[in-house]
Amino acid sequence: MAVVTYRDALNQAIREEMRLDPSVFLMGEEVGVYQGAYKVSRGLLDEFGPMRVVDTPITELGFAGVGVGAAMVGLRPIVEFMTWNFALLAIDQVVNTAAKMRYMSGGQISVPAVFRGPGGSALQLAAQHSQAFESWYAHIPGLKVVMPATPADAKGLLKSAIRDEDPVVFIEGEMLYNTKGEVPEGEYLTPIGVADVKRTGADVTLICHSKTVSVALKAAEQLAADGIDAEVVDLRTIRPLDHETVLTSVSKTHRAVVVEEGWSFAGVGAQVVDVIQREIFDELDSPVLRVTGADVPMPYNKHLEKASKADPPKVIAAVKRVMYLEP
Amino acid sequence: MATTVVMEALSPTMEEGRLVEWKKQPGDVVAVGDVLAEVETDKAVMELVARAAGTLLAHAVAAGTTVPVGQALAHIGAAGEVVAAGAAGAAGAAGAANGRETTPVAPVAVAAPPLQAAGGRLKASPLARRIAADRGLDLQAVTGTGPEGRIVLRDVETAGSRGTAPSAPLAASRPHVLTPAEPAAAGSAYTDVPLTQIRKAISKRLAQSIGPIPTFYLTAEADMTRAAEAREGLNALGEGKVSFNDIVIKATALALGQHPACNAWWQEDRIRYWADVHVAMAVAVEDGLITPIIRHADRKTLREIGAEAKDLALRARERKLKPEEYTGGTFSVSNLGMFDIDEFTAIINPPEAGILAVGRIGDQAVAYEGQLAIRKRLRLTMSCDHRVIDGATGAQFLRTLVRMLENPLGMVW
Repeated sequence: MAVVTYRDALNQAIREEMRLDPSVFLMGEEVGVYQGAYKVSRGLLDEFGPMRVVDTPITELGFAGVGVGAAMVGLRPIVEFMTWNFALLAIDQVVNTAAKMRYMSGGQISVPAVFRGPGGSALQLAAQHSQAFESWYAHIPGLKVVMPATPADAKGLLKSAIRDEDPVVFIEGEMLYNTKGEVPEGEYLTPIGVADVKRTGADVTLICHSKTVSVALKAAEQLAADGIDAEVVDLRTIRPLDHETVLTSVSKTHRAVVVEEGWSFAGVGAQVVDVIQREIFDELDSPVLRVTGADVPMPYNKHLEKASKADPPKVIAAVKRVMYLEP
Repeated sequence: MATTVVMEALSPTMEEGRLVEWKKQPGDVVAVGDVLAEVETDKAVMELVARAAGTLLAHAVAAGTTVPVGQALAHIGAAGEVVAAGAAGAAGAAGAANGRETTPVAPVAVAAPPLQAAGGRLKASPLARRIAADRGLDLQAVTGTGPEGRIVLRDVETAGSRGTAPSAPLAASRPHVLTPAEPAAAGSAYTDVPLTQIRKAISKRLAQSIGPIPTFYLTAEADMTRAAEAREGLNALGEGKVSFNDIVIKATALALGQHPACNAWWQEDRIRYWADVHVAMAVAVEDGLITPIIRHADRKTLREIGAEAKDLALRARERKLKPEEYTGGTFSVSNLGMFDIDEFTAIINPPEAGILAVGRIGDQAVAYEGQLAIRKRLRLTMSCDHRVIDGATGAQFLRTLVRMLENPLGMVW
């Protein structure tokens, strides 16, 4: 298998789908001439021309609305947000129009659009540009929320998202774009709504997604040195949530820690905990714990920012608590 | 849904409590933190506060009743709400089902978690319950090692493999599971020193000879004439009274600072030498005695000690002390001088290793500077736990103490 970066895997997905389906097009700020703020759209303007790779003004609500309209009349837009922090301006189109249209039209009109861009924090981008909004979108019936952690998943899931008949919120990670991984040769699709066991283990299940997958894997490595065998479940899709993979794993290990980048209150992990305690109460040997971002606007200060993020030491501490090794 | 008010563990050792008086009546609206009742524990009369807001529905027990920790006392809910008979009857279970109900109010100094949940309700993880049911194991016979005695998977597995309840041996071995002594970090509150072989032999032989605490006594007499003059001078300032007892506490604390070997706890497999000096002073109360603590007595002025001792003694007699105010002493002082006792021996309050018994100060004819003179004299008797303090060690401490009392300026030197 070829080793490619996360950004190039996304580029491959868009390129392949645009070659296969002339109704697929890309729009957003700087996607064309500048080749993308994060170079995900490198070379696409040259290959597909300005009718299918559209540079927009800095008007998130406006171009998101254009994307929804285009999808309603039969095109398959990929709407790139420079980051999901900026997409707050466009959330009305995503939540009130894209997510509702199939339902409110009695099934007559679908919105096969993909809204994509990086979410969460990078490094020292401060309070307004370091936010993880997946739980906001996952709250909305009518939206799918996809968050790949690896290049292979990024490519396979983006292709599935583009082909999906309904709106997909596709949240990438600025800190993930440069990460490398093996990507299968040739055409493949990764199904939406299926989690992936990134590491098998017997003692405790770490449930994570997107950037926290690497946090959980690092924690698992360190725990292994202490003789604790952690299983790492990458949700990959937040909505629809893959109950089966989560429940199978926790039924095996009897203990779980949910790790996420966003804030704790009403976060993705809260939903995961709800499913676990409701479905497999009798398999639990300890309360499920969560490791989340600190409940504060992200500090700009480098040390405070680091302290605010979910990291391997916090995951390890939570694992030792669910295993009754530490108070 | 009504919240059950239960008898809470208001002191570290409390197993039952007597409901002295209801402060809220059925129908009263209560807020979180409101005092619901006064409860007499094994140590003091404490306030039981509301953990939920609403209307107090009914008293499940009458004032004057003694009930075990965890038993339901009342319910808080919506006005007019009827609490199912079962809820009131299954008192302990209903109360403990809400984990917050059994949490002690006062922050108690770090103690090992109780092996069984307070109130007797059995706590087990869902998985432990299922496995116990599958194997026909009686959870009552299993000792929980999780928080608050929760039975978790490993406990069920251990119990299953042994076939019998391991509770007694586990409980008995509790003091010995302490980790070996760690080198003390700078600024730590105490230093643990594991027992040397000679100390082990001494402790074993002496404990065989006399009680569980092999005690010996050292008596010395101090000339208090100058201390009496100093006290008069201080009191003449009119800024608060200083008693002889305050002077003895201060001098004891300073002497302990110079002789840390006497400022220690016996800990079975080690001796804990405290870095700070917290002097416990025995206070007689109506039907017993209690030992409130003057913390950092070596660093406090006489005036501070005087004010604090007065306040603690007053509240001790009213039984209003909080647990943290009468636990954690490193050495005790007991004074019966006010009862005209010349001298006596005091019983050590374990795990402390020493206690000072203070007699009365009286005029005595003694040889003073080569002549017969009337001097104010005080007899001090120190009880020492021989496992911690040897004769010479205690004697050196007592000599320092006597010198300080005889020359009070030494205390500010």
